[in-house]
Amino acid sequence: MARDLQEARQEQNMILNMGPQHPSTHGVLRLVLELDGEIVVRCDPVIGYLHTGFEKTYEQKNYFQAVTLTDRMDYLCPMINNLCYSLAVEKLLAVEVPPRAVVARVLLSELTRIASHLVWLGTQALELGAMSMFLYTFREREMIMDIFESCSGQRMMTSYFRPGGLAMDLPDGFEEMVSTFLKIFPDRVAEYEDLLTQNRIFKDRTVGVGKLTAEQCLAYGVTGPSLRAAGFQWDIRKSNPYCGYDTYDFNVPVRTNGDVYDRYLVRMDEMRESLKICWQALNRLPSGPYTTSDRKVAFPPRAELGTSMEALIHHFKLATEGYRVPAGEYYQCVESPRGELGYYIIADGSSHPYRLHVRAPSFANLQALGPAAEGGFVADLVATIASLDPVLGETDR
Amino acid sequence: MSQETAPVESPAAAEHLAITRLRVHLADSIIGAEVSFGQPAITVTPDAILPATVALRDDPVLKYIRLSDICGVDNLKRGITPRFEVIYHFYSFLRNDWVRLKALADERDLVMASIVSEWPAANWFEREIYDMFGIEFSGHPNLTRILMPDDWEGHPLRKDYPIYGEEVDFSVNVGKVQRKEIGYG
Repeated sequence: MARDLQEARQEQNMILNMGPQHPSTHGVLRLVLELDGEIVVRCDPVIGYLHTGFEKTYEQKNYFQAVTLTDRMDYLCPMINNLCYSLAVEKLLAVEVPPRAVVARVLLSELTRIASHLVWLGTQALELGAMSMFLYTFREREMIMDIFESCSGQRMMTSYFRPGGLAMDLPDGFEEMVSTFLKIFPDRVAEYEDLLTQNRIFKDRTVGVGKLTAEQCLAYGVTGPSLRAAGFQWDIRKSNPYCGYDTYDFNVPVRTNGDVYDRYLVRMDEMRESLKICWQALNRLPSGPYTTSDRKVAFPPRAELGTSMEALIHHFKLATEGYRVPAGEYYQCVESPRGELGYYIIADGSSHPYRLHVRAPSFANLQALGPAAEGGFVADLVATIASLDPVLGETDR
Repeated sequence: MSQETAPVESPAAAEHLAITRLRVHLADSIIGAEVSFGQPAITVTPDAILPATVALRDDPVLKYIRLSDICGVDNLKRGITPRFEVIYHFYSFLRNDWVRLKALADERDLVMASIVSEWPAANWFEREIYDMFGIEFSGHPNLTRILMPDDWEGHPLRKDYPIYGEEVDFSVNVGKVQRKEIGYG
Protein backbone atom coordinates (compact mmCIF):
# COMPACT_ATOMS: atom_id res chain seq x y z
CA MET A 1 0.00 0.00 0.00
CA ALA A 2 2.72 2.39 1.02
CA ARG A 3 4.61 1.40 -2.10
CA ASP A 4 1.57 2.09 -4.30
CA LEU A 5 1.25 5.49 -2.75
CA GLN A 6 4.91 6.09 -3.36
CA GLU A 7 4.53 5.16 -7.01
CA ALA A 8 1.40 7.23 -7.37
CA ARG A 9 3.29 10.20 -6.00
CA GLN A 10 6.14 9.54 -8.38
CA GLU A 11 3.74 9.68 -11.30
CA GLN A 12 2.53 13.06 -10.21
CA ASN A 13 5.93 14.65 -10.67
CA MET A 14 5.47 17.80 -12.64
CA ILE A 15 7.78 19.07 -15.34
CA LEU A 16 8.07 22.82 -15.13
CA ASN A 17 9.89 25.17 -17.45
CA MET A 18 11.55 28.00 -15.62
CA GLY A 19 12.73 30.65 -18.01
CA PRO A 20 14.20 31.60 -20.41
CA GLN A 21 12.14 34.71 -19.74
CA HIS A 22 12.18 34.83 -15.99
CA PRO A 23 13.36 37.85 -14.06
CA SER A 24 15.44 35.93 -11.57
CA THR A 25 17.43 33.76 -13.95
CA HIS A 26 20.07 36.41 -14.61
CA GLY A 27 19.82 36.73 -18.33
CA VAL A 28 18.26 34.03 -20.43
CA LEU A 29 18.74 30.77 -18.62
CA ARG A 30 16.11 28.08 -18.94
CA LEU A 31 15.70 25.38 -16.33
CA VAL A 32 13.71 22.23 -16.89
CA LEU A 33 12.53 21.24 -13.45
CA GLU A 34 10.99 17.99 -12.31
CA LEU A 35 9.00 18.77 -9.20
CA ASP A 36 7.56 16.53 -6.55
CA GLY A 37 5.27 19.02 -4.93
CA GLU A 38 7.57 21.82 -3.94
CA ILE A 39 10.72 19.70 -3.97
CA VAL A 40 13.06 19.85 -6.95
CA VAL A 41 13.74 16.28 -8.04
CA ARG A 42 15.76 17.12 -11.12
CA CYS A 43 17.05 20.39 -12.50
CA ASP A 44 18.45 20.55 -16.03
CA PRO A 45 19.85 23.91 -17.10
CA VAL A 46 19.32 24.64 -20.81
CA ILE A 47 21.68 27.26 -22.16
CA GLY A 48 22.45 28.76 -25.54
CA TYR A 49 19.80 31.45 -25.71
CA LEU A 50 22.49 34.13 -25.71
CA HIS A 51 24.81 32.38 -28.13
CA THR A 52 26.31 34.94 -30.45
CA GLY A 53 29.26 33.03 -31.87
CA PHE A 54 32.06 35.00 -30.21
CA GLU A 55 34.62 32.29 -30.83
CA LYS A 56 33.82 32.30 -34.54
CA THR A 57 33.96 36.09 -34.64
CA TYR A 58 37.40 36.13 -33.00
CA GLU A 59 38.76 34.24 -35.98
CA GLN A 60 37.59 37.04 -38.30
CA LYS A 61 39.09 39.91 -36.28
CA ASN A 62 42.71 40.84 -35.96
CA TYR A 63 44.30 40.80 -32.53
CA PHE A 64 43.79 44.50 -32.09
CA GLN A 65 40.08 44.42 -32.93
CA ALA A 66 39.46 41.31 -30.87
CA VAL A 67 39.90 43.22 -27.59
CA THR A 68 36.47 44.74 -28.08
CA LEU A 69 34.89 41.28 -28.11
CA THR A 70 36.43 40.22 -24.82
CA ASP A 71 34.48 42.63 -22.64
CA ARG A 72 31.18 41.82 -24.31
CA MET A 73 31.19 38.23 -23.12
CA ASP A 74 31.23 38.73 -19.39
CA TYR A 75 29.72 42.18 -19.34
CA LEU A 76 29.98 42.42 -15.57
CA CYS A 77 33.75 42.17 -15.49
CA PRO A 78 35.00 43.76 -18.71
CA MET A 79 38.44 44.75 -17.43
CA ILE A 80 39.36 41.27 -16.24
CA ASN A 81 38.41 39.82 -19.62
CA ASN A 82 40.52 42.48 -21.32
CA LEU A 83 43.34 41.60 -18.98
CA CYS A 84 43.28 37.86 -19.59
CA TYR A 85 43.22 38.29 -23.35
CA SER A 86 46.00 40.89 -23.28
CA LEU A 87 48.21 38.73 -21.08
CA ALA A 88 47.83 35.80 -23.46
CA VAL A 89 48.65 37.86 -26.55
CA GLU A 90 51.57 39.56 -24.78
CA LYS A 91 52.98 36.16 -23.90
CA LEU A 92 52.83 35.05 -27.54
CA LEU A 93 54.30 38.35 -28.73
CA ALA A 94 56.94 38.49 -25.95
CA VAL A 95 56.11 42.14 -25.27
CA GLU A 96 57.07 43.91 -22.06
CA VAL A 97 54.38 45.94 -20.34
CA PRO A 98 55.54 49.12 -18.54
CA PRO A 99 55.12 49.18 -14.74
CA ARG A 100 52.50 51.95 -14.74
CA ALA A 101 50.24 49.84 -16.93
CA VAL A 102 50.76 46.74 -14.79
CA VAL A 103 49.79 48.52 -11.57
CA ALA A 104 46.85 50.28 -13.22
CA ARG A 105 45.66 46.90 -14.49
CA VAL A 106 45.70 45.45 -10.99
CA LEU A 107 43.89 48.47 -9.56
CA LEU A 108 41.19 48.49 -12.23
CA SER A 109 40.79 44.71 -12.13
CA GLU A 110 40.07 44.83 -8.42
CA LEU A 111 37.59 47.67 -8.92
CA THR A 112 35.95 45.47 -11.55
CA ARG A 113 35.78 42.62 -9.06
CA ILE A 114 34.06 44.92 -6.55
CA ALA A 115 31.64 46.18 -9.21
CA SER A 116 30.80 42.63 -10.26
CA HIS A 117 30.27 41.52 -6.67
CA LEU A 118 28.02 44.54 -6.12
CA VAL A 119 25.74 43.43 -8.95
CA TRP A 120 25.74 39.94 -7.50
CA LEU A 121 24.94 41.24 -4.00
CA GLY A 122 22.11 43.43 -5.25
CA THR A 123 20.52 40.63 -7.25
CA GLN A 124 21.08 38.00 -4.58
CA ALA A 125 19.21 40.16 -2.07
CA LEU A 126 16.58 41.15 -4.64
CA GLU A 127 15.89 37.49 -5.31
CA LEU A 128 14.99 37.06 -1.65
CA GLY A 129 12.81 40.14 -1.53
CA ALA A 130 15.28 42.65 -0.09
CA MET A 131 14.79 45.25 -2.73
CA SER A 132 16.49 48.23 -1.10
CA MET A 133 19.83 46.39 -1.18
CA PHE A 134 19.82 46.52 -4.96
CA LEU A 135 19.49 50.31 -4.86
CA TYR A 136 22.33 50.63 -2.34
CA THR A 137 24.74 48.45 -4.28
CA PHE A 138 24.00 50.19 -7.56
CA ARG A 139 24.72 53.51 -5.89
CA GLU A 140 28.31 52.38 -5.19
CA ARG A 141 28.63 50.57 -8.50
CA GLU A 142 27.86 53.85 -10.20
CA MET A 143 30.98 55.37 -8.65
CA ILE A 144 33.10 52.60 -10.14
CA MET A 145 31.37 53.00 -13.50
CA ASP A 146 32.26 56.70 -13.38
CA ILE A 147 35.91 55.80 -12.81
CA PHE A 148 35.78 53.43 -15.80
CA GLU A 149 34.14 56.06 -17.92
CA SER A 150 36.79 58.64 -17.10
CA CYS A 151 39.53 56.12 -18.01
CA SER A 152 38.19 54.58 -21.16
CA GLY A 153 35.20 56.66 -22.22
CA GLN A 154 32.90 53.70 -21.61
CA ARG A 155 31.09 52.52 -18.53
CA MET A 156 30.87 48.85 -19.36
CA MET A 157 32.49 47.92 -22.67
CA THR A 158 35.79 49.43 -21.68
CA SER A 159 38.34 47.69 -23.96
CA TYR A 160 40.86 49.60 -21.88
CA PHE A 161 43.61 47.01 -21.51
CA ARG A 162 45.23 46.30 -24.84
CA PRO A 163 48.08 43.95 -25.64
CA GLY A 164 51.11 46.06 -24.71
CA GLY A 165 49.56 48.18 -21.99
CA LEU A 166 46.59 50.50 -21.74
CA ALA A 167 44.56 52.15 -24.48
CA MET A 168 45.37 55.62 -23.16
CA ASP A 169 46.89 57.13 -20.06
CA LEU A 170 44.96 57.35 -16.81
CA PRO A 171 42.99 60.61 -16.76
CA ASP A 172 43.72 63.67 -14.64
CA GLY A 173 42.17 63.37 -11.22
CA PHE A 174 42.12 59.56 -11.42
CA GLU A 175 43.86 59.12 -8.06
CA GLU A 176 41.38 61.42 -6.31
CA MET A 177 38.39 59.67 -7.84
CA VAL A 178 39.64 56.26 -6.77
CA SER A 179 40.68 57.32 -3.28
CA THR A 180 37.30 58.99 -2.73
CA PHE A 181 35.63 55.70 -3.57
CA LEU A 182 38.07 53.64 -1.50
CA LYS A 183 37.49 55.87 1.54
CA ILE A 184 33.71 55.65 1.32
CA PHE A 185 33.43 51.99 0.50
CA PRO A 186 34.36 50.27 3.84
CA ASP A 187 31.43 52.01 5.54
CA ARG A 188 29.14 50.97 2.74
CA VAL A 189 30.17 47.32 3.05
CA ALA A 190 29.46 47.57 6.76
CA GLU A 191 26.06 48.99 5.86
CA TYR A 192 25.29 46.01 3.61
CA GLU A 193 26.40 43.63 6.32
CA ASP A 194 24.17 45.40 8.86
CA LEU A 195 21.22 44.83 6.58
CA LEU A 196 21.86 41.21 5.67
CA THR A 197 24.43 39.24 7.64
CA GLN A 198 22.37 38.75 10.80
CA ASN A 199 19.02 39.34 9.12
CA ARG A 200 16.77 36.49 10.23
CA ILE A 201 14.80 36.22 7.01
CA PHE A 202 17.95 36.33 4.91
CA LYS A 203 19.59 33.61 7.01
CA ASP A 204 16.45 31.46 6.91
CA ARG A 205 16.47 31.61 3.15
CA THR A 206 20.21 31.00 2.66
CA VAL A 207 21.76 28.88 5.45
CA GLY A 208 21.93 25.25 4.34
CA VAL A 209 20.44 26.06 0.92
CA GLY A 210 22.05 25.04 -2.36
CA LYS A 211 24.87 23.10 -0.79
CA LEU A 212 27.88 21.94 -2.79
CA THR A 213 30.75 20.05 -1.23
CA ALA A 214 34.35 20.71 -2.25
CA GLU A 215 34.45 17.30 -3.96
CA GLN A 216 31.35 18.16 -6.01
CA CYS A 217 32.84 21.54 -6.92
CA LEU A 218 36.05 19.94 -8.16
CA ALA A 219 34.18 17.22 -10.04
CA TYR A 220 31.94 19.69 -11.87
CA GLY A 221 34.65 22.25 -12.52
CA VAL A 222 33.28 24.91 -10.16
CA THR A 223 35.83 27.60 -9.35
CA GLY A 224 35.92 30.99 -7.70
CA PRO A 225 33.90 32.05 -4.63
CA SER A 226 31.62 28.99 -4.85
CA LEU A 227 34.63 26.67 -4.52
CA ARG A 228 36.12 28.71 -1.69
CA ALA A 229 32.78 28.73 0.16
CA ALA A 230 32.98 24.94 0.18
CA GLY A 231 36.24 25.06 2.09
CA PHE A 232 38.72 24.74 -0.76
CA GLN A 233 41.14 27.63 -0.78
CA TRP A 234 42.26 28.16 -4.36
CA ASP A 235 42.72 31.50 -6.01
CA ILE A 236 44.74 31.95 -9.20
CA ARG A 237 45.99 35.31 -7.94
CA LYS A 238 47.82 33.37 -5.20
CA SER A 239 48.61 30.05 -6.87
CA ASN A 240 49.74 31.34 -10.27
CA PRO A 241 50.27 35.08 -9.80
CA TYR A 242 50.09 37.38 -12.81
CA CYS A 243 50.60 41.17 -12.95
CA GLY A 244 52.67 40.95 -9.78
CA TYR A 245 49.81 39.86 -7.53
CA ASP A 246 52.38 38.05 -5.40
CA THR A 247 53.75 41.43 -4.28
CA TYR A 248 50.39 42.55 -2.84
CA ASP A 249 49.29 41.71 0.66
CA PHE A 250 45.82 40.16 0.70
CA ASN A 251 44.02 37.10 2.00
CA VAL A 252 41.86 34.57 0.23
CA PRO A 253 38.61 34.28 2.19
CA VAL A 254 37.36 30.76 2.69
CA ARG A 255 34.30 29.22 4.41
CA THR A 256 33.36 25.63 5.00
CA ASN A 257 29.63 24.99 4.58
CA GLY A 258 29.32 25.48 0.82
CA ASP A 259 25.80 26.89 1.04
CA VAL A 260 24.32 30.12 -0.28
CA TYR A 261 25.05 31.94 2.97
CA ASP A 262 28.74 31.01 2.92
CA ARG A 263 29.06 32.11 -0.69
CA TYR A 264 27.60 35.40 0.46
CA LEU A 265 30.15 35.70 3.28
CA VAL A 266 33.06 34.80 0.99
CA ARG A 267 32.13 37.47 -1.54
CA MET A 268 31.64 40.11 1.16
CA ASP A 269 35.13 39.36 2.47
CA GLU A 270 36.51 39.37 -1.06
CA MET A 271 35.27 42.92 -1.56
CA ARG A 272 37.24 43.99 1.52
CA GLU A 273 40.34 42.16 0.29
CA SER A 274 40.00 43.80 -3.12
CA LEU A 275 39.83 47.12 -1.35
CA LYS A 276 43.18 46.36 0.33
CA ILE A 277 44.75 45.57 -3.04
CA CYS A 278 43.32 48.78 -4.51
CA TRP A 279 44.92 50.88 -1.78
CA GLN A 280 48.30 49.21 -2.27
CA ALA A 281 48.11 49.63 -6.03
CA LEU A 282 47.07 53.25 -5.74
CA ASN A 283 49.96 54.01 -3.40
CA ARG A 284 52.56 52.45 -5.65
CA LEU A 285 51.17 53.68 -8.99
CA PRO A 286 54.32 54.84 -10.80
CA SER A 287 54.55 57.50 -13.45
CA GLY A 288 55.91 56.69 -16.87
CA PRO A 289 54.65 55.31 -20.15
CA TYR A 290 51.24 53.63 -20.16
CA THR A 291 51.90 51.32 -23.05
CA THR A 292 54.80 49.52 -24.63
CA SER A 293 57.23 51.49 -26.80
CA ASP A 294 57.22 48.64 -29.32
CA ARG A 295 55.78 50.40 -32.38
CA LYS A 296 54.95 47.06 -33.97
CA VAL A 297 52.29 46.53 -31.32
CA ALA A 298 51.14 49.87 -29.93
CA PHE A 299 50.07 52.94 -31.84
CA PRO A 300 52.59 55.82 -31.99
CA PRO A 301 51.61 58.95 -30.02
CA ARG A 302 49.39 61.36 -31.93
CA ALA A 303 52.02 64.12 -31.82
CA GLU A 304 54.56 62.03 -33.72
CA LEU A 305 52.27 61.48 -36.71
CA GLY A 306 52.79 65.02 -37.99
CA THR A 307 56.57 64.85 -37.98
CA SER A 308 57.68 61.24 -38.36
CA MET A 309 57.25 59.26 -41.56
CA GLU A 310 58.05 56.08 -39.68
CA ALA A 311 55.32 56.72 -37.12
CA LEU A 312 52.87 57.23 -39.96
CA ILE A 313 53.86 53.91 -41.53
CA HIS A 314 53.48 52.08 -38.22
CA HIS A 315 50.12 53.70 -37.65
CA PHE A 316 48.97 52.69 -41.11
CA LYS A 317 50.18 49.12 -40.67
CA LEU A 318 48.49 48.75 -37.30
CA ALA A 319 45.24 50.32 -38.40
CA THR A 320 44.93 48.24 -41.55
CA GLU A 321 46.54 44.84 -41.10
CA GLY A 322 47.22 44.82 -37.36
CA TYR A 323 50.23 43.09 -35.89
CA ARG A 324 51.26 39.54 -36.63
CA VAL A 325 51.58 37.15 -33.73
CA PRO A 326 54.18 34.40 -34.07
CA ALA A 327 52.88 30.84 -34.32
CA GLY A 328 52.31 29.17 -31.01
CA GLU A 329 49.69 28.40 -28.45
CA TYR A 330 49.13 29.57 -24.92
CA TYR A 331 46.56 29.08 -22.20
CA GLN A 332 46.33 32.09 -19.92
CA CYS A 333 44.00 32.19 -16.98
CA VAL A 334 43.14 34.76 -14.38
CA GLU A 335 40.86 34.87 -11.36
CA SER A 336 37.63 36.46 -12.49
CA PRO A 337 34.86 37.28 -9.95
CA ARG A 338 33.30 34.00 -11.02
CA GLY A 339 36.36 31.78 -11.03
CA GLU A 340 38.94 30.54 -13.48
CA LEU A 341 38.70 32.60 -16.64
CA GLY A 342 40.94 31.18 -19.35
CA TYR A 343 41.87 32.29 -22.84
CA TYR A 344 43.41 29.62 -25.02
CA ILE A 345 44.88 31.15 -28.15
CA ILE A 346 46.31 29.26 -31.10
CA ALA A 347 48.28 31.64 -33.32
CA ASP A 348 49.39 30.65 -36.81
CA GLY A 349 51.68 33.59 -37.53
CA SER A 350 49.05 35.79 -39.14
CA SER A 351 47.32 38.86 -37.74
CA HIS A 352 44.18 36.93 -36.81
CA PRO A 353 43.86 34.27 -34.10
CA TYR A 354 43.63 30.84 -35.71
CA ARG A 355 41.50 29.66 -32.82
CA LEU A 356 40.54 31.41 -29.65
CA HIS A 357 38.72 29.45 -27.00
CA VAL A 358 37.41 31.01 -23.83
CA ARG A 359 37.14 28.91 -20.72
CA ALA A 360 34.19 30.71 -19.20
CA PRO A 361 33.83 30.18 -15.45
CA SER A 362 30.03 30.53 -15.57
CA PHE A 363 29.81 27.72 -18.14
CA ALA A 364 31.47 25.25 -15.78
CA ASN A 365 29.80 26.64 -12.64
CA LEU A 366 26.32 26.24 -14.10
CA GLN A 367 26.88 22.52 -14.56
CA ALA A 368 26.78 22.25 -10.79
CA LEU A 369 23.39 23.97 -10.52
CA GLY A 370 21.59 20.63 -10.86
CA PRO A 371 23.37 18.94 -7.93
CA ALA A 372 23.07 22.11 -5.84
CA ALA A 373 19.34 22.52 -6.44
CA GLU A 374 18.15 18.91 -6.32
CA GLY A 375 16.41 18.02 -3.10
CA GLY A 376 15.69 21.62 -2.21
CA PHE A 377 12.58 23.74 -2.50
CA VAL A 378 11.72 25.36 -5.79
CA ALA A 379 11.47 28.68 -3.96
CA ASP A 380 15.11 28.33 -2.87
CA LEU A 381 16.20 27.72 -6.43
CA VAL A 382 16.38 31.42 -7.24
CA ALA A 383 18.70 31.94 -4.27
CA THR A 384 20.91 29.10 -5.48
CA ILE A 385 21.11 30.47 -9.02
CA ALA A 386 22.02 33.91 -7.74
CA SER A 387 24.69 32.51 -5.42
CA LEU A 388 26.48 30.82 -8.33
CA ASP A 389 26.49 34.26 -9.99
CA PRO A 390 26.24 33.12 -13.61
CA VAL A 391 26.62 35.58 -16.45
CA LEU A 392 24.88 34.13 -19.46
CA GLY A 393 26.82 36.28 -21.89
CA GLU A 394 29.98 34.36 -21.17
CA THR A 395 28.23 31.03 -20.65
CA ASP A 396 26.78 31.04 -24.15
CA ARG A 397 29.48 33.14 -25.83
CA MET B 1 52.66 26.48 -38.57
CA SER B 2 53.58 24.32 -41.51
CA GLN B 3 53.64 20.89 -39.93
CA GLU B 4 52.65 18.11 -42.26
CA THR B 5 52.03 15.37 -39.73
CA ALA B 6 51.40 15.01 -36.02
CA PRO B 7 53.64 17.01 -33.67
CA VAL B 8 57.13 15.70 -32.97
CA GLU B 9 59.28 15.77 -29.88
CA SER B 10 60.86 19.00 -28.73
CA PRO B 11 64.03 18.90 -26.60
CA ALA B 12 62.38 20.57 -23.58
CA ALA B 13 59.70 17.89 -23.59
CA ALA B 14 62.13 15.26 -22.36
CA GLU B 15 62.50 17.08 -19.05
CA HIS B 16 58.93 17.90 -18.09
CA LEU B 17 57.66 15.65 -15.33
CA ALA B 18 54.12 15.31 -16.69
CA ILE B 19 55.52 14.03 -19.97
CA THR B 20 58.10 11.67 -18.50
CA ARG B 21 55.59 10.20 -16.05
CA LEU B 22 52.90 9.70 -18.68
CA ARG B 23 55.49 7.97 -20.82
CA VAL B 24 55.96 5.44 -18.02
CA HIS B 25 52.24 4.67 -17.94
CA LEU B 26 51.30 4.83 -21.62
CA ALA B 27 54.47 4.71 -23.69
CA ASP B 28 52.82 3.22 -26.78
CA SER B 29 49.99 5.71 -26.99
CA ILE B 30 51.98 8.93 -26.96
CA ILE B 31 52.39 10.36 -30.44
CA GLY B 32 54.11 13.62 -29.60
CA ALA B 33 55.03 15.92 -26.76
CA GLU B 34 56.23 19.47 -26.54
CA VAL B 35 56.58 22.31 -24.07
CA SER B 36 55.61 25.77 -25.22
CA PHE B 37 55.90 28.77 -22.88
CA GLY B 38 56.39 26.36 -20.01
CA GLN B 39 53.12 24.56 -20.70
CA PRO B 40 53.42 20.86 -21.54
CA ALA B 41 51.32 19.48 -24.37
CA ILE B 42 51.02 15.76 -24.96
CA THR B 43 49.39 14.23 -28.01
CA VAL B 44 47.95 10.75 -27.51
CA THR B 45 46.14 8.36 -29.78
CA PRO B 46 42.34 8.87 -29.65
CA ASP B 47 41.66 5.52 -28.03
CA ALA B 48 44.06 6.28 -25.18
CA ILE B 49 42.47 9.52 -24.08
CA LEU B 50 40.54 8.12 -21.11
CA PRO B 51 43.47 6.05 -19.74
CA ALA B 52 45.73 9.08 -20.20
CA THR B 53 43.46 11.36 -18.17
CA VAL B 54 43.18 8.75 -15.45
CA ALA B 55 46.97 8.25 -15.40
CA LEU B 56 47.53 11.99 -15.05
CA ARG B 57 45.02 12.12 -12.22
CA ASP B 58 46.13 9.05 -10.28
CA ASP B 59 49.89 9.40 -10.55
CA PRO B 60 51.07 10.33 -7.03
CA VAL B 61 53.61 12.91 -8.20
CA LEU B 62 51.35 14.54 -10.83
CA LYS B 63 47.78 14.56 -9.46
CA TYR B 64 46.13 16.49 -12.26
CA ILE B 65 42.85 16.12 -10.44
CA ARG B 66 40.85 19.01 -11.89
CA LEU B 67 39.53 19.17 -15.43
CA SER B 68 39.84 22.79 -16.39
CA ASP B 69 38.72 22.98 -19.98
CA ILE B 70 38.10 21.06 -23.20
CA CYS B 71 38.02 22.64 -26.62
CA GLY B 72 38.09 21.62 -30.24
CA VAL B 73 40.19 22.85 -33.14
CA ASP B 74 39.64 22.47 -36.86
CA ASN B 75 43.02 22.18 -38.57
CA LEU B 76 41.67 22.52 -42.10
CA LYS B 77 43.55 25.73 -42.85
CA ARG B 78 46.74 24.74 -41.05
CA GLY B 79 47.44 21.71 -43.17
CA ILE B 80 47.75 19.26 -40.30
CA THR B 81 46.43 15.96 -41.58
CA PRO B 82 44.00 14.58 -39.05
CA ARG B 83 41.62 17.45 -39.41
CA PHE B 84 40.16 17.78 -35.93
CA GLU B 85 41.84 18.09 -32.61
CA VAL B 86 40.34 17.92 -29.12
CA ILE B 87 42.37 19.66 -26.46
CA TYR B 88 42.01 19.02 -22.75
CA HIS B 89 43.44 21.19 -20.00
CA PHE B 90 44.01 19.65 -16.58
CA TYR B 91 45.19 21.41 -13.47
CA SER B 92 47.25 19.97 -10.62
CA PHE B 93 47.05 21.60 -7.20
CA LEU B 94 50.18 19.70 -6.25
CA ARG B 95 52.31 20.98 -9.13
CA ASN B 96 50.41 24.22 -9.58
CA ASP B 97 50.32 24.05 -13.36
CA TRP B 98 48.22 23.03 -16.32
CA VAL B 99 48.87 20.17 -18.70
CA ARG B 100 47.46 20.06 -22.20
CA LEU B 101 46.35 16.74 -23.59
CA LYS B 102 45.56 16.49 -27.27
CA ALA B 103 43.87 13.89 -29.39
CA LEU B 104 43.57 14.08 -33.15
CA ALA B 105 40.38 12.91 -34.82
CA ASP B 106 40.17 11.97 -38.46
CA GLU B 107 37.45 13.51 -40.59
CA ARG B 108 36.20 10.14 -41.82
CA ASP B 109 35.71 8.72 -38.34
CA LEU B 110 34.66 11.53 -36.03
CA VAL B 111 34.14 9.52 -32.87
CA MET B 112 36.10 10.00 -29.68
CA ALA B 113 35.81 8.29 -26.32
CA SER B 114 33.87 10.37 -23.83
CA ILE B 115 35.57 11.03 -20.49
CA VAL B 116 32.36 11.98 -18.66
CA SER B 117 32.38 8.67 -16.76
CA GLU B 118 35.54 9.77 -14.94
CA TRP B 119 35.15 13.55 -15.18
CA PRO B 120 31.59 14.88 -14.69
CA ALA B 121 32.80 18.37 -15.63
CA ALA B 122 33.45 17.16 -19.18
CA ASN B 123 29.73 16.80 -19.84
CA TRP B 124 28.95 20.27 -21.21
CA PHE B 125 32.37 20.78 -22.75
CA GLU B 126 31.96 17.65 -24.87
CA ARG B 127 28.47 18.71 -25.85
CA GLU B 128 29.84 22.05 -26.96
CA ILE B 129 32.48 20.39 -29.14
CA TYR B 130 29.84 18.08 -30.62
CA ASP B 131 27.70 21.14 -31.34
CA MET B 132 30.48 23.28 -32.79
CA PHE B 133 32.59 20.70 -34.64
CA GLY B 134 30.40 17.62 -35.03
CA ILE B 135 32.77 15.32 -33.15
CA GLU B 136 30.84 12.55 -31.47
CA PHE B 137 31.76 11.31 -28.02
CA SER B 138 30.90 7.66 -27.51
CA GLY B 139 29.59 6.92 -24.04
CA HIS B 140 28.37 10.44 -23.38
CA PRO B 141 25.12 10.34 -21.37
CA ASN B 142 23.32 13.11 -23.26
CA LEU B 143 25.07 14.13 -26.45
CA THR B 144 22.82 16.86 -27.83
CA ARG B 145 23.42 20.37 -29.08
CA ILE B 146 24.05 22.81 -26.29
CA LEU B 147 24.50 26.30 -27.72
CA MET B 148 22.85 26.09 -31.14
CA PRO B 149 19.13 25.27 -31.58
CA ASP B 150 18.33 21.55 -31.66
CA ASP B 151 17.34 21.60 -35.33
CA TRP B 152 20.42 23.50 -36.52
CA GLU B 153 22.27 22.12 -39.51
CA GLY B 154 26.04 22.27 -39.67
CA HIS B 155 28.75 22.94 -37.13
CA PRO B 156 29.64 26.63 -36.88
CA LEU B 157 33.25 26.51 -35.69
CA ARG B 158 34.42 24.38 -38.59
CA LYS B 159 36.69 26.39 -40.84
CA ASP B 160 34.58 25.66 -43.93
CA TYR B 161 31.41 26.95 -42.26
CA PRO B 162 30.48 30.33 -43.75
CA ILE B 163 30.36 33.39 -41.51
CA TYR B 164 27.27 34.79 -43.16
CA GLY B 165 25.34 31.55 -43.52
CA GLU B 166 21.79 32.81 -43.46
CA GLU B 167 20.33 34.16 -46.67
CA VAL B 168 18.77 37.58 -46.22
CA ASP B 169 16.05 39.28 -48.27
CA PHE B 170 17.32 41.92 -50.70
CA SER B 171 15.90 43.47 -53.83
CA VAL B 172 17.96 41.00 -55.92
CA ASN B 173 16.45 37.88 -54.38
CA VAL B 174 13.04 39.07 -53.26
CA GLY B 175 10.64 36.20 -52.74
CA LYS B 176 13.37 33.60 -53.27
CA VAL B 177 14.64 33.27 -49.73
CA GLN B 178 13.42 30.06 -48.20
CA ARG B 179 12.16 30.34 -44.66
CA LYS B 180 12.70 27.50 -42.27
CA GLU B 181 10.20 26.46 -39.66
CA ILE B 182 11.69 27.01 -36.24
CA GLY B 183 10.67 24.53 -33.59
CA TYR B 184 10.21 25.41 -29.97
CA GLY B 185 11.10 22.00 -28.56
